[in-house]
Amino acid sequence: MSPWKNIRADFPILHQQVHGKPLIYLDNAATAQKPRAVIDALVHFYERDNSNVHRGLHALSMRSTDAYETARARLARFINAAATEIIFTRGTTEGINLLAHSLGAKLRPGDVILTTEMEHHSNLVPWQQVARATGATIRYLPVVGADAEGGLDLTQLDQLLTPAVKIFTCTHISNTLGVINPVEELCRRARAVGAISVIDAAQSIGHGPLDVQAIGADFVVFSGHKMCGPTGIGVLYGRREQLESLDPDETGGGMVANVTYESARWKPAPERFEAGTPNIAGAIALGRACDYLDALDRAEIAKHDQSLTGFAYDQLAKIPGIRLLGPTGARSGMVSFAFSDVHAHDIVTFADEDGLALRGGHHCNQPLMRKLGLTGTTRASFYIYNTEAEIEVLVTSLRRILAFFGAG
Amino acid sequence: MSGDLSELYQQVILDHNKRPRNRGKLPTANRIAHGDNPTCGDQCSVYLRLEPPATPHQPEQISAITFDGSGCAISQASASLMTTLAKGKTAAEFESMFKNFHEIVTTGQAPEEISDLAAFAGVHTFPARIKCATLGWHAALNALKSAATSTLSESLTR
Repeated sequence: MSPWKNIRADFPILHQQVHGKPLIYLDNAATAQKPRAVIDALVHFYERDNSNVHRGLHALSMRSTDAYETARARLARFINAAATEIIFTRGTTEGINLLAHSLGAKLRPGDVILTTEMEHHSNLVPWQQVARATGATIRYLPVVGADAEGGLDLTQLDQLLTPAVKIFTCTHISNTLGVINPVEELCRRARAVGAISVIDAAQSIGHGPLDVQAIGADFVVFSGHKMCGPTGIGVLYGRREQLESLDPDETGGGMVANVTYESARWKPAPERFEAGTPNIAGAIALGRACDYLDALDRAEIAKHDQSLTGFAYDQLAKIPGIRLLGPTGARSGMVSFAFSDVHAHDIVTFADEDGLALRGGHHCNQPLMRKLGLTGTTRASFYIYNTEAEIEVLVTSLRRILAFFGAG
Repeated sequence: MSGDLSELYQQVILDHNKRPRNRGKLPTANRIAHGDNPTCGDQCSVYLRLEPPATPHQPEQISAITFDGSGCAISQASASLMTTLAKGKTAAEFESMFKNFHEIVTTGQAPEEISDLAAFAGVHTFPARIKCATLGWHAALNALKSAATSTLSESLTR
């Protein structure tokens, strides 16, 4: 039987009522729900194997070390990398901060960090800090169109991607616009000028196949919780030769080869970047999330995303006065919209009464919002367990809200 | 619509949202402050004129007050209503009125019969919206404390 057939039964959280209505969870770009298999992996670890890794010689420690390293190999397979290229982090934000600090330490005045106008604050603020500290400059690849419908302006690449660019960083999929960026081409162009490329895959990792070799990035960062894994665990992938020359950001136990009162030598990657006790249970459960998504087939997940988002886009476009952001064609599993008369916060509060979990606000994208003349939008973001029937409830709810506020 | 929701979106709130009072910049303002709600990106600026009253030896009063910015129905209505009640008040009187307002939006209980402010009692069942309701008030409090233009980033702790 297809694992898709009874997919909603795999997610215990979906079977509840909110304000007396069935929960319709459309905030998946913020975090995805967890299947039973992932929850069980956490429980199993704490009930049977809990012990520190790489330290003890006793049975439990060997079991947990083995499970932790198996999870690393699983994540490597998930993105077509080697296990030694997988560093476990707390999430995307920690991964980017590690890179900003470690890569940033090598920047000099006059060097350029090139990013885009559609980055999440987490892929913007750490680079701003580094630029401030080193005297490097940040430049932005612009977003095209009044509603950002054109995505990134690639015609500006020739002008912006100069040999002064030492770091190029870009999101794979915008968390506000749903636009899928051509990261393969962007990384190839960055490499041609000798820039290190960093891809924020937070929104793409759980939504389709992702092959770091095909993308050609030097670094790829993502969080586990947007791909059915637990919160507090994520991955920093680094191409082996890049990791070898990268200094750790955090130091302490577990990452050192030898320590004297005077100094210390680091272990090789990936341990060099994992100071302290890691999120062992989280890593193991994230490995289980990889199994779960691969059983569904990630190409099928991408198809489901496209079809549901296309349906939502078409239905929402019929609502008078709606302003839809991002591309009209291919997009990832989310739709962001705004109305001139009704604020996103009021929509989210009203929709909550209908059991709908939406996101309203700037989505950690304030500079982009400002550029588009908005303070915020309402966002509905979809995942593997969402249905067209749920989107119909969303549309009905929105029409009712607009009527209440005398708009639409 | 549920009881809680109609309690939150009272007629007086919808009215102030649709037809905000005292909206815009105040050219004669001598105190200005700006408030941000970092959760949603909403902004509210308050412009007011503080001047001595006609009677000598009395504390300064708010002789004029306006607001502008962007935000949800709750934040806009609250700021609008706040400006209608602030006129003629001293800084101390305004602070005491804010205390009452804060009590209303956090507990749902109006300490005494105080005009339209009681319309915001429904906010207390939506804790995430308390920051919306108090955005303009915090900006006004900051304006009263400032000697010149200043910027306020509203504290996340209420």
